[in-house]
Amino acid sequence: MPEMIDVTVKLFAQYRKDNFKVEVRSYVQNTIARDIIADTGIPIERFPIGVLMVNGRHVDENHALNHGDTLSMFPKVGGG
Amino acid sequence: MADKIYRVNMNDLSFKIEEVPQEWMGLGGRGMTSTIVAAEVDPECHPLGPNNKMVFAPGLLSGTIAANSGRNSLGAKSPLTGGIKESNVGGTSAAIFAKLGVKALIIEGIPEDDSTFYHMHVTRENVTIEACPELVGKDNFEVLDAMEEKYNKKVAVMTIGRPGEMKMLISNISVRDPKGKLRSHGRGGLGAVMGSKKIKVITVDAEKYKETELADPTKFKAANKVFTKALKENPISGEGLPAFGTNVLVNIINEAGGLPSMNFRSGNSENAEEICGEHMAENIEARGGSTTHGCHAGCVIQCSQTYNDDEGNYLASGFEYEMIWAFGANYGINDLDLIAKIDHLMDDLGVDAIETGVAFGVAAEGGLVEFGDGEEAYRILAEEVANGTPIGRIIGSGTGNIGKLYGVVRVPVVKNQAIPAYEPRAIKGQGITYATTPMGADHTAGYAVATNILNSGGYIDPLKKEGQVELARNLQIASAAVDSTGMCIFVAFPALDDPACLPALIDMINARFGINLTGDDVTNLGKTILKTEHEFNLKAGLGSADDRIPEFMKYEPLPPHNVVWDFTNEEIDAFWDF
Repeated sequence: MPEMIDVTVKLFAQYRKDNFKVEVRSYVQNTIARDIIADTGIPIERFPIGVLMVNGRHVDENHALNHGDTLSMFPKVGGG
Repeated sequence: MADKIYRVNMNDLSFKIEEVPQEWMGLGGRGMTSTIVAAEVDPECHPLGPNNKMVFAPGLLSGTIAANSGRNSLGAKSPLTGGIKESNVGGTSAAIFAKLGVKALIIEGIPEDDSTFYHMHVTRENVTIEACPELVGKDNFEVLDAMEEKYNKKVAVMTIGRPGEMKMLISNISVRDPKGKLRSHGRGGLGAVMGSKKIKVITVDAEKYKETELADPTKFKAANKVFTKALKENPISGEGLPAFGTNVLVNIINEAGGLPSMNFRSGNSENAEEICGEHMAENIEARGGSTTHGCHAGCVIQCSQTYNDDEGNYLASGFEYEMIWAFGANYGINDLDLIAKIDHLMDDLGVDAIETGVAFGVAAEGGLVEFGDGEEAYRILAEEVANGTPIGRIIGSGTGNIGKLYGVVRVPVVKNQAIPAYEPRAIKGQGITYATTPMGADHTAGYAVATNILNSGGYIDPLKKEGQVELARNLQIASAAVDSTGMCIFVAFPALDDPACLPALIDMINARFGINLTGDDVTNLGKTILKTEHEFNLKAGLGSADDRIPEFMKYEPLPPHNVVWDFTNEEIDAFWDF
């Protein structure tokens, strides 16, 4: 059995429609952000990823998650 | 007919029309107001005395069909910062000034008889100034109703409430929008300048409301089509802003650890989910109201909204991120509806959301109020500020002064103006803008959040120093130029990421006036404006020691990233090396 990790996944803006806001989810060690994006089913064709953060720091989709990390997913957003 | 300068002297209530000097012909908006203020206002004058001037100027593209071109600039010496100020606003005033052929309206002097306030009415080649004792002591919505009754509904209205009459430093100037709601020349205490000149309300009637003339209508239309497409297809200006408003930022800035909370003690707010844009959009959907509303005609972004209470009754419009952050995260109110009620009251009184909200944070720090006590904030605004009681005057004097009165060290201001909704320690490029802009702490002067947090225009790590000074410089130069066109600042999002956007904007300016500006010309315009403003501030006594972030941010690590403000003075001052 591969070692499992818990990742807190947070969705924002359009990604929340018909989906969760925040959830602790279980993945195998070294799962990368891209795989978690796919796993959540958020509509990235319609609203491509704008910003990904792990523990409040920007990362790219190849970032490997560790146990206890928080992964936040945003479509392109802005304001001022 | 060529555009003119309209000049009003309040000393003797006189008015004259002047030709536009050749060297001012290519200017509009902020370029025009800052040039005139620098040329005509003594930098050492008292901002509320007879030698300050108010200068209104529509943008270069205002009054045309160009999408999002309806911003009007107001310049003066600020009584809050003691430096030059340009504050621009949506609403209907820019387009109407432009259609009337007013390149700038300059208001100087103070009436000898200061026992009453005046109503100034601008029409084609004429300005009338009449005492309006019936409006004295009234707030904005009542003034708006009176003007709508007196004139037709298209007339532009610019007004101050009671705090402006009392020359409070938190007071702003409110401008009617196309749906009869209010927008504001918000920052820098410009309502106090209008109050000092004893002007209660300015109305502008274009009489004929057809578009301004274009040198090359065909080229203009083609360029506007490309420009509008860029705005509509950009995921931020085309989708995110109409769906969630500017308040979509609460969550992303909070997640990044840069949402100033409890008077800038933390970069995270426990209220974020209660006050965020997603929650606001859910409420709007459930209660009626609308997520879209344009602050000016021709806006294709529609970031504003109509927000109702849970019984479907109107609470607020133009319910923005800065307001919700200031009272929600920074002062600690966890009830979006109560913040909306306060927002509406503040629209009516005419006080700046940022300066007032941050003032309450420092007042809580000093023990005058308690963090999160929204009912008391409402009461203080409605009873104390509105009536000018001593407590009302304290809040009305702005963040920096309250800090001094209560012996508070944690006072988030630059050049005495409250820092907006992005933490300088955790979003360092934005900190450089706050420190260096001639406006005092102002996020719109150079919105480094775009590249530090939002991945617009690339990415520069918000917690590191590398690249931030150059980023802030380039954005401030671009913003000074955009502020001259009459364009809404949100055109920056497509401009940063869509190569078709800026050339189309320049093509429109060229087609409007029959000129041949290049991208370099526009950059040089931005640089000239910044240097003109900086020079004014130096003469006014605001030197490099004023280009600084508050000291407490150097030694208080900001959770959750536990970062401090760590730029040296030399690194900050290098901003001006251009």
